[in-house]
Amino acid sequence: MRFSVTESAIDAAACRAGLDDPRCGAYAAFEGWVRDHHDGRAVEGLHYDCYPALAGSEGEAILAEALARFDILDARCVHRIGDCAIGDMAVWVGVTAAHRDAAFAACRWIIDEVKARVPIWKRERYAGGEARWK
Amino acid sequence: MSVTVLYFAALKEAAGTTQETLPLPESLPALYAALRARYGFAYEPAALRVALNGAFADWTDTVRAGDAVAFIPPVSGG
Repeated sequence: MRFSVTESAIDAAACRAGLDDPRCGAYAAFEGWVRDHHDGRAVEGLHYDCYPALAGSEGEAILAEALARFDILDARCVHRIGDCAIGDMAVWVGVTAAHRDAAFAACRWIIDEVKARVPIWKRERYAGGEARWK
Repeated sequence: MSVTVLYFAALKEAAGTTQETLPLPESLPALYAALRARYGFAYEPAALRVALNGAFADWTDTVRAGDAVAFIPPVSGG
């Protein structure tokens, strides 16, 4: 299983350890963090809703596509769901490859596909009490 | 002869529930139109994708008794 969702804090070091491979000369990772603003509004926190069965199958499909499309050794992604505080890690992507070009390119491609395709939805809570699904 | 409809994100908030069992509809567009009239969903059907039994499906797919149907709002993870 290369893609997962979790209601707990993402442990990036543990995620990375799962990619250890002596053939690997490059490791590229992306961390998305919960920020305190959106479109000029102060954000106090957010909640991610998810359709777990569909998120799992779509996430696995994205990572399988990345392995076919790029010259990489492995790729993983973990997405946080539920309530998140400012500064929490919302998503982690890790890619290993023999060389850096493929690792960087695949990492960028994976996070873009995850944001566009995986059924996870963000609800931002703003200062003042309003909240909105994005 | 029924289906289970699953709600997520803004649709869950508007429906006030995570899922419900409904009579087998004629089609997926007919089902969404009826639910939109009932709950006031803001999304035009063209803005949504549809899933059957945990996999993306087409709006023209046949819906069968026992299916789990979900209308998928534009995603916003990451």
